[in-house]
Amino acid sequence: MKNYSYFPGCSAEATASPLGLSVLPVAKELGMDLTELEDWGCCGSSPFGSVDKLEATCIAARNLALAEKAGLDLVTPCSNCFVVLRGADANLKQYPALRRQVREALSAAKLDYKGGVRVRHLAEVIYTDITPRVIEAKVTKPLKGLKVAPYYGCQLVRPDGFDNPESPHSLDELVASLGADAVSWELKARCCGSSLVMPELEVALGLIHKLLRNAQENGAQCLVTPCPLCQINLDAYQSLVNRRFKTKYNLPVLFLTQLVGVALGIRPEELGLSRNIVSPMRVLAPYL
Amino acid sequence: MAEVSFIDEVCSIPGGEAIRSCIQCGMCTGSCPTASRWDYPPRKVIAMVRAGLRDELLSSNSMWFCASCYTCTVRCPRDIKPTEIMHVLEVLAIKDGLSTKRSRTPVMYQCFVDSAKDNGRVYELGMMLKLFLKTNPFAALKLAPVGLGLLLHQRLPLKPNRIKGIAQLRAILDKAKALGGAK
Repeated sequence: MKNYSYFPGCSAEATASPLGLSVLPVAKELGMDLTELEDWGCCGSSPFGSVDKLEATCIAARNLALAEKAGLDLVTPCSNCFVVLRGADANLKQYPALRRQVREALSAAKLDYKGGVRVRHLAEVIYTDITPRVIEAKVTKPLKGLKVAPYYGCQLVRPDGFDNPESPHSLDELVASLGADAVSWELKARCCGSSLVMPELEVALGLIHKLLRNAQENGAQCLVTPCPLCQINLDAYQSLVNRRFKTKYNLPVLFLTQLVGVALGIRPEELGLSRNIVSPMRVLAPYL
Repeated sequence: MAEVSFIDEVCSIPGGEAIRSCIQCGMCTGSCPTASRWDYPPRKVIAMVRAGLRDELLSSNSMWFCASCYTCTVRCPRDIKPTEIMHVLEVLAIKDGLSTKRSRTPVMYQCFVDSAKDNGRVYELGMMLKLFLKTNPFAALKLAPVGLGLLLHQRLPLKPNRIKGIAQLRAILDKAKALGGAK
């Protein structure tokens, strides 16, 4: 067993609940012991850093301080939490004046952060610590013949995530380790509009439309992504894209942990498959 | 005390310091997935900071269209991190009450921050309702099918999830407020 502190992120409890559900059985099956960080709070997310930098760093640093006490790598399945927590850690190291302010603020709650936490994305941990080779050996239901478009989104691979920021390959390898065909498509690491979908719906729908079109044109039967924001935009907003652009997309968008879970033979209920808006049951039927 | 120039102001905030290295090559604008919507696209934003066009830029809709995809940041040949600069400009626009009403994004960000402060975790449904009440309640109708879909698929809890350490979090944030902006 490999031990980690686990940071689900707010959306894994709500709009991305299929992610929150599917992480745990898959981690167990893969030999990862995830201990949820006690009383974790919002990471601050991108909006907080656009409103007040000091407060944003503090809200992230509270989580880093809690994780430092636990003494393990802090693993999150959310690409935005990953970028924000890692960014806060990097800024605390780079800017001494900011570090002094944040430590003083944390002391109001008898907390301190000395800079000893390694923030990691769950997809990176699965790829690096578990490895596609080991996963392949654990697969009980090979996804033979299933054409999957691996969708990386942005914040898993940029600004300084893991994998190539322009042309990443890790999810392709993970998809292949499950026995499925990883579809090659140009937009696999391009933007879905993220939280702009709420205030600027039209802009986001345009971006989502391009992604769905490119994946479908390259023969994808479904997409797979580790990111909650990407999954929500491509899944929950797909019907609005169809209405806006007079298209008929019916492309299921699975979380990485859901797809891995199916190949490991984990039951659909444990993976929250019925919670996907575009039902994946038709394309997954041969493997369930 | 002499007035601080706009570019010095941006440079003094974490993330803004590399802006002087910009060579105006336009890689940022060419890489931006939303640039066509910006009043002034990314390359021009940076030129405006250097030209001291503070109010004109901070009251524009430009930086509010940044989706934090970091494509410009990884491609910039001068490592100036345009994404971070956009975040710095957003902070300054809010601080001075200049943020535009032509985009709902500034209000959304504020609703998000309020939600995180209220509960220690973001309550997505509450945040969305507040956003539309504060901007245009009718715009929410367009999103009604999405909300209903999420609700029917058990993805939109009707109650917030509050952390136990909410008093602790508030003490941290109160202290941060007393310390002023990020130095």
